[in-house]
Amino acid sequence: MIWLDTIVQGLLLGGLYALFAAGLSLVFGIMRLVNLAHGDLIVLAAFIVLVVVEATGLNPFLSALIAAPALFAFGWALQWFVLNRVLGKDILPPLLVTFGLSIALQNGMLEVFSADSQRIRAGALESASVDLGAVTVGIMPLLTFASAVAVIFTLNQIFYRTALGRAFRATSDDPVTASLMGINPRSVFAMATGLAMVIVTIAALYLGMRSNFDPSIGPARLIFAFEAVIIGGLGSLWGTLLGGAIIGVAQTVGAQINPEWQILAGHLAFLAVLLVRPRGLFPRAVD
Amino acid sequence: MQVTVTTRTRASTIAGFAALGLIALGLILPAFASRSLIQDLFFILTMLTLAQLWNLIAGYGGMVSVGQQAFVGIGAYAMFAGVILWGWDPVPAILLGGVAAFLLAIPMAFFAFRLQGAYFAIGTWVIAEVTRLIIAQWKTLGGGTGTSLPREATSDIIGVAFIANLFDLRDAAARDVLAYWLALALAVGTMAAIYALLRSRNGLALTALRDNDNAARSVGVDAGRLKWLVFLAAAAMTGLVGALIYMQTARISPDAAFSVTSWTAYVIFIVVIGGIGRLEGPIVGVLVFWGLQTAFSDYGSWYLLALGLIAIAVMLFAPRGLWGLFASRTGIALFPVQRRLTLTSARPDP
Repeated sequence: MIWLDTIVQGLLLGGLYALFAAGLSLVFGIMRLVNLAHGDLIVLAAFIVLVVVEATGLNPFLSALIAAPALFAFGWALQWFVLNRVLGKDILPPLLVTFGLSIALQNGMLEVFSADSQRIRAGALESASVDLGAVTVGIMPLLTFASAVAVIFTLNQIFYRTALGRAFRATSDDPVTASLMGINPRSVFAMATGLAMVIVTIAALYLGMRSNFDPSIGPARLIFAFEAVIIGGLGSLWGTLLGGAIIGVAQTVGAQINPEWQILAGHLAFLAVLLVRPRGLFPRAVD
Repeated sequence: MQVTVTTRTRASTIAGFAALGLIALGLILPAFASRSLIQDLFFILTMLTLAQLWNLIAGYGGMVSVGQQAFVGIGAYAMFAGVILWGWDPVPAILLGGVAAFLLAIPMAFFAFRLQGAYFAIGTWVIAEVTRLIIAQWKTLGGGTGTSLPREATSDIIGVAFIANLFDLRDAAARDVLAYWLALALAVGTMAAIYALLRSRNGLALTALRDNDNAARSVGVDAGRLKWLVFLAAAAMTGLVGALIYMQTARISPDAAFSVTSWTAYVIFIVVIGGIGRLEGPIVGVLVFWGLQTAFSDYGSWYLLALGLIAIAVMLFAPRGLWGLFASRTGIALFPVQRRLTLTSARPDP
């Protein structure tokens, strides 16, 4: 029984990791850019949602809705003014720029918000649970997982059903030919990073409501997100969800055996997948 | 018409003699320098060595590792294990650090080389995290809280008594001098080795791979072998530096020894600001970094915030760093690795 419960909790935790990973996967899929500041951007978004909650007194979900356009604009501008200038054949400049951004964000947040742990209060929702017969699960983890599924479903719809999605796929395949067809890759990239920041806001909302956060926890979130993307296979969004679930289950099972092994177990699961399937479980992107 | 290939320039000849002079000065410096200067130089030399090694794998080898702290940490812990568990003297125990880092680099390369480009970066980071988490379980070396070198081990390190007599110093200051000399030897040795490598056949192949992977492979460069060679060598050297740094501080904890900020972020800033892919870059970078650190480190996280922004600005506006700007204006190379063709007039056949 305890094991069934552990695995269900792990699966639901995987939803959170899939939310962390979806933005990373989107940006990588379109412009082959790995944003090393992704984790810190999640923490930044959590602080912004918290600020909106405290300033307006609205509930966290509405606050996130207010924060999302601002973060979209931030992502758009980051891509347009900074990252577009360093994208190219050489992977080193974008990597180093986002690494610099990561350090700058962590320390900027430390100055502005201090090192104190914060939490986005969600009232009764925090402790509510539902009895599913064999196991009892929290409403919050369930909601996180459902949001992850919804985000990935929506992203897939955007990718395959809309003009923007066609532009994303065309630019991803061949930016030069896409620009001959009247697409401006720079503006497509900016839209993609803006969209990724909206997903980051959703991820940040759940991060902030489920646990304490402080300016230093970004890099660890980046690593979980990265592991989920690699396990799923580059470019496969549903794969990313599965990757998140695998990391989540490995962590809860590890923690069940010995609380100190939680994080380590997740990393080891990642290395094990890398060992047998170096390109992930559902590789889509070719490069 | 006869063509010869040369790498030497007038500036490099002057630089060569200046370097010899600097090394000689560095050796005799403890005779008249203050203890704080020796400590500052120890910091500069160890960071310079780490930066040169990262520059070798990233700037020349094209492998952007964000996991170098794994080698610093494992090297330091191996040294502590040698001293605490097996009663070694700390100086020879530094060699254990190199061996441990080398052994760690083999599985690390095995996993990380499966990841391409940018994913390699985070892959190395994950493995460094795994190493940190495993080391934190090692209870005899203090587990998560860490431990110190025992007093009896630090009180009679080989050579300290000799140095104390030579310069008429107290033991603590003599230990700093010993660490400084070892750091000087490591820095000079590392730079000489990298310079020699870059001027050899393998170095040419490495640079060719960096500039154009496919073209280099098509003329027979064995990319896989070279990457392994460079990665393992840099790892072993990084382990030695890690062990040396923690011999000097004599206190270790997993969070400090495997710190991504101290051992990788700073190192990346040094290389990026100075100029990536050039031997001169890290030298300029470490001096700038040390200057900023001395002037502004009291400002804490504002200082780190500025450092991050400076790195971004350098990548945007001067991607080849400060030395790159200077070299492209003047054409000066202190460590020339570029082959130049020199035309000499035809000599009559004998």
